[in-house]
Amino acid sequence: MLRLERRATPSSTMRIASPVLAALGMLVTGFLLFSALGKDPVEAFYLFFVKPLSNSYGIGELLLKTTPLLLCGLGLALGFRANVWNIGAEGQLTMGAIAGGGVALWFGDSDSSWAMPLMLLAGVLGGMAWAAIPAFLRTRFNTNEILVTLMLVYISQLVLSWLVHGPWRDPQGQNYPQSQGFGDAETMSVLIDGTRVTWGIVYAVGLALVAWIFSQKTFAGFRMQVAGLAPAAAAYAGFSEKRNIWIALMLCGATAGLAGICEVAGPIGRLQQQISPGYGFAAIIVAWIGRLHPIGVVFGALLMSLLYLGGEAAQMGMGLPSAITGLFQGLLLFYLLAADLFITFRLKRAGVPERPAPKAATTLENAV
Amino acid sequence: MDHSGIEHQKPRLVLTGITKRYPSVVANDGVSLSVRPGEIHAVLGENGAGKSTLMKVIYGVTKPDAGTILWNDQYETIVAPAQARRMGIGMVFQHFSLFETLTVWENIALALDEHVPTAQLAAQITEVSEKYGLPIDPYRLVHSMSVGERQRVEIVRCLLQEPKLLIMDEPTSVLTPQAVLILFKTLRRLASEGCSILYISHKLDEIRALCDTATVLRGGRVSGTAIPRNETNESLARMMIGGELAECHLTPREPKEARLEVEHLSLASPDPFGTSLKDISLTVRSGEILGIAGVSGNGQKELMTALSGERLSTPGSMIKLLGQPVGDLNPAKRRALGLTFVPEERLGRGAVPPMSLAFNALLTGARKGMVLKGIIHPAVMRTFSKTVIDRFKVKCGDEQSVASSLSGGNLQKYIVGRETMLQPKMMIVAQPTWGVDVGAAQLIRQALIDLRDQGVALLVISEELDELFSISDRIAVLAQGRLSPSVRPAETSIEQIGTWMSGKFGDQASDSSASARSQLEAAYAQA
Repeated sequence: MLRLERRATPSSTMRIASPVLAALGMLVTGFLLFSALGKDPVEAFYLFFVKPLSNSYGIGELLLKTTPLLLCGLGLALGFRANVWNIGAEGQLTMGAIAGGGVALWFGDSDSSWAMPLMLLAGVLGGMAWAAIPAFLRTRFNTNEILVTLMLVYISQLVLSWLVHGPWRDPQGQNYPQSQGFGDAETMSVLIDGTRVTWGIVYAVGLALVAWIFSQKTFAGFRMQVAGLAPAAAAYAGFSEKRNIWIALMLCGATAGLAGICEVAGPIGRLQQQISPGYGFAAIIVAWIGRLHPIGVVFGALLMSLLYLGGEAAQMGMGLPSAITGLFQGLLLFYLLAADLFITFRLKRAGVPERPAPKAATTLENAV
Repeated sequence: MDHSGIEHQKPRLVLTGITKRYPSVVANDGVSLSVRPGEIHAVLGENGAGKSTLMKVIYGVTKPDAGTILWNDQYETIVAPAQARRMGIGMVFQHFSLFETLTVWENIALALDEHVPTAQLAAQITEVSEKYGLPIDPYRLVHSMSVGERQRVEIVRCLLQEPKLLIMDEPTSVLTPQAVLILFKTLRRLASEGCSILYISHKLDEIRALCDTATVLRGGRVSGTAIPRNETNESLARMMIGGELAECHLTPREPKEARLEVEHLSLASPDPFGTSLKDISLTVRSGEILGIAGVSGNGQKELMTALSGERLSTPGSMIKLLGQPVGDLNPAKRRALGLTFVPEERLGRGAVPPMSLAFNALLTGARKGMVLKGIIHPAVMRTFSKTVIDRFKVKCGDEQSVASSLSGGNLQKYIVGRETMLQPKMMIVAQPTWGVDVGAAQLIRQALIDLRDQGVALLVISEELDELFSISDRIAVLAQGRLSPSVRPAETSIEQIGTWMSGKFGDQASDSSASARSQLEAAYAQA
């Protein structure tokens, strides 16, 4: 019989191998699933994972979708390291889009070179302001940030919906719930010709490096990590819990807000009712797949981006339902959590205690 | 008591070649032991020697990898505590398993394998508890009871099942010296009725006073057996640690200015079953060690968190550090004034388990040049860490070893070393040698005395009276959240401290009020 046994020290090999195993588990299950649906699994796999990357436009789309996932994933990873369970990056992203988009609409058709920097700044500040609400409630009233950040997602989406249905609706838009399109000065320039990828990916990768330096080299990053690994040790050393919570939420608010404005000022080009297919939620998986490490998050974001692209391709090419993307995301997280168990545990054959031959008993009895 | 009869009886329990391996350590390596009816058998060993594992094997909590258990001439495989209880084995754990919101009889009913009507059970509890000199009221709520009384509940719970073998795991660590004598009487009475007792301890005096035979464990193996009455503390210690016990020397010196002053500190505990601090006053001066004795759970944890700043107290003037009110300052600000601190809980509070020793130096040592403009300087951090490892003989790979890979004693040496090398003006240490082997304990005590001789003020909270008597300039007792007056070890006795530990130190709540009152009395007398 097999049983689980705690390892003497957590396995660093498994810590790295676990996301790889999870991806393999996802692929195998996907293979079985396609077969069960009566689709040719090899063709489905080609369509899902290879075809999207077969031309430069596809690579561009991959990087485009990587941008918001990476930005949100970075902010979340830094927070998770400090035991701050912000799951509302989607809301902070939406608020960033609203704030930055509001600035864009205010500039209108102006070709001021101030427009783009101010939009980005407004996006960052919008996300931070939205994240400040759970930070304040947690540090002042000890409310649970998981619930507050999640509920604020829905509020932010309703605020956006109200704006594009009401005050910010495009008068020439035939009653579609969307704003006017942003002008040229309010649209991010394309990084590679022939694709839609913008400068946002450059900001995101740059921030990944900054986040790496922050978490490895700065005392503030160290304090946050101590708070996550051993809260009592952080209290003992005198690291302020409140300051930690504020830093964690502000960092994520800033990156998610930036993701939001990069979306509306990039591929979308206006404010509309839906601006994100759940990037903020998928980024939670990205953070875990990336082992909460800023460089790991880059790879996690690329993988998650591919799942989005593949899901779209499978919808169009094979007529599979749109739920396929969420399904693969779920499989990935499921297998990741399962594989993570083996970081601290290992399987062992249950040993049977050795029994002496009955003869030994009689000799012992005689001896006594 | 005449034990000559015992020698000829068949043993009740024989363990042969018990081996238990854990991933990182062999806890028991071929341990054999035999106990006869009516025998009080000591299992002696340092922390980590494998005593508790062996007892868990007997009680069916842990399954051995090899070895046999012979019980009344029958081979047994004990797979669960319930089976052990049916066989007649009872165990009183070091850490109690009682529900504080329930009454005594409810707690006992929960542990019984069959249902007994309340009135009948209560009568049984009263009868058994009085017969063995451990009176308890079956209808009392557990949270209103002292630690010693709670232990009685645990013992009575075992006795109700009329055990043939009673295992006591470090029973005296939670008792006052007077309560220890009562416990010994009970155990002797049980033994005289034929019950076998396995008595686990590392306190040599107790074992020599109580036990008929002893099995000594060292590093998971039996290092010797002995008749404790015929041995000395030194000879037992040699078997236990494989070397000589060293002594601490405290050369008398005159303390200087006050470093820590606590005045009328009262602080309600946030935990409903915690202990609130009541009107605590104390002073620790430069170059002296104030020892605080007392049984755990009498406000030690609350006093520690109030002094460290993990809990704030207002007005801030109730606690003064170097003359400055600090009661409302957080731990970081208090540390900046020169306070360092060794907490009772090492892994998870004193050190971050999965981080390297070098990063654990950074935990409290940031001010020692390890951080410049917010950026960590790894070289400074590592050098500091290496110095601690060298100076305190910490056994580890190197400064990159993670804290959780060290043994409890070695980690404690590292934490004490780290806090010492931060050049404190005032240092607070909780349970400095709890769970630490004898050699390391000696090194830690000497380090504290060296600090005192350099003029640092030290406050040491400990459960070990022997330790406090050997390293303290003054001793005070914390009982039920109140602090006794402090006395010099030479001017008091274990008995007096024991009386204080049960909360009986009269109205002299603190030095200052006592002296104020005597001045008043003198004034009245003159009038």
